[in-house]
Amino acid sequence: MTELIKKSQRNGLVKMYLSSIFADPERTARLIDIAQSSFLPLLKGAIFYTIPLTIITFIVGLVLAILTALARISHVRIFQMIARVYVSAIRGTPLIVQLFIIFYGLPNIGIIIDSYTAAVIGFSLSVGAYTSEIIRAAILSTPKGQWEAGYSIGMSYSQVLRRIILPQAARVSIPPLSNSFISLVKDTSLASLVLVSEMFRKAQEIAASNYEFLLVYSEAALIYWVICFILSIIQQVLEKKLDRYV
Amino acid sequence: MISIQGLYKQFGKLEVLKGIDIEVEKGNVVVVIGPSGSGKTTMLRCLNVLETPTKGVISIEGNTLDFSGNVPKKNIAAFRRLTGMVFQSYNLFPHKTALENVMEGPVIVKNENKESARKKAQTLLEKVGLGDKVDYYPAQLSGGQQQRVGIARALAMEPKVMLFDEPTSALDPELVGEVLKVMKDLATEGMTMIVVTHEMRFAREAADEVIFMDQGVVVERDKPENIFTNPKEERTKKFLNMIQ
Repeated sequence: MTELIKKSQRNGLVKMYLSSIFADPERTARLIDIAQSSFLPLLKGAIFYTIPLTIITFIVGLVLAILTALARISHVRIFQMIARVYVSAIRGTPLIVQLFIIFYGLPNIGIIIDSYTAAVIGFSLSVGAYTSEIIRAAILSTPKGQWEAGYSIGMSYSQVLRRIILPQAARVSIPPLSNSFISLVKDTSLASLVLVSEMFRKAQEIAASNYEFLLVYSEAALIYWVICFILSIIQQVLEKKLDRYV
Repeated sequence: MISIQGLYKQFGKLEVLKGIDIEVEKGNVVVVIGPSGSGKTTMLRCLNVLETPTKGVISIEGNTLDFSGNVPKKNIAAFRRLTGMVFQSYNLFPHKTALENVMEGPVIVKNENKESARKKAQTLLEKVGLGDKVDYYPAQLSGGQQQRVGIARALAMEPKVMLFDEPTSALDPELVGEVLKVMKDLATEGMTMIVVTHEMRFAREAADEVIFMDQGVVVERDKPENIFTNPKEERTKKFLNMIQ
């Protein structure tokens, strides 16, 4: 044992891990086998859970965010208050605690929600609160003259909002919203703790059976990275498209 | 006919309009002049209720809003459609082409059929000399061109009166002429117009009446030839001396 530690200090841990693999052809074969056999289950976790969960919660969250932002900038006191309390409560508590309250806590008062739905509710509420501030800032950044121009040709509040303000707000909010979306992809790994069999949970299950934690978790990390990399390319395309008229 | 009676507007404690009475005959062009802070822009903005008057009655061809009581939002929207507004800073919709800017009102507010609205918008843009720029976005147009799209956008709603809020103040000097020409053409066609401007030549050449405002009241109103050559009020004289 002391021999091992000394050796690791001399060679560095990574080097040691690698050499322990390649010095032993049997172990190398085993690792390649594990990497191959775990790729498909991980990918399935991503395709059937991680990605849909991200997309659904982002859409629901965005609707919530627009409503919250509108409530914040409305002149109705009670709407303002509700929106403020909602944003404050969600931002002021950890996401994992919110998920646990919804999935493990609510059954105590007779509300039983399956794990996937619980995750959708939890993440949507979180996305809604955080991105409502982005939407609010984007709406406020649209010049007042745009509202006036809309009103002056006889449009109603909702027509101006839908046709004039939100399209312009969308352009400025693409970069911060992309940030939120990419964060969300990774945050969905928390759903593993409320028993959703998304990618990270799959990784935990695989690693628990073969003890190759470094390999399996690295593989999962790589898949997350690829997803996020593709998303940032989509962001660039979207920005370019919406920038054409400025 | 357009009339404003006993119009008051306060911003907090600041009284900007202190009892304005104005009538404008159908087909007339009225130019409003006055120093900055005189309330001329506020008066114009009250006329299409972008500012809600504190008190007063405004009416356009029999449609009346009385601000001594509560005025329902629906009435305000209906009243606004009688007016067309041209803004100092154009306020075109940047995400829409010139044509789409002009079509927006007819299609969305009046529920006009898209094809006929497109044709009408095309005609209007040709009228303001932009027939070859219909598919340009505002950012691709010069200030003068943008303002002419702004005029076409307002005309598309077929208003009873056109309101111009310092339409050439934000323009480079060499671009002022093209906008004034469009406005003069409109005046010749018999459009009722209320124009807040510093362009005295336009007032002289196109106005049926010039109104001089100062400190929230109408100081003097007269035919342009009289007001520019022989103003009656001391304050009018002083103002005209300062700008000429």
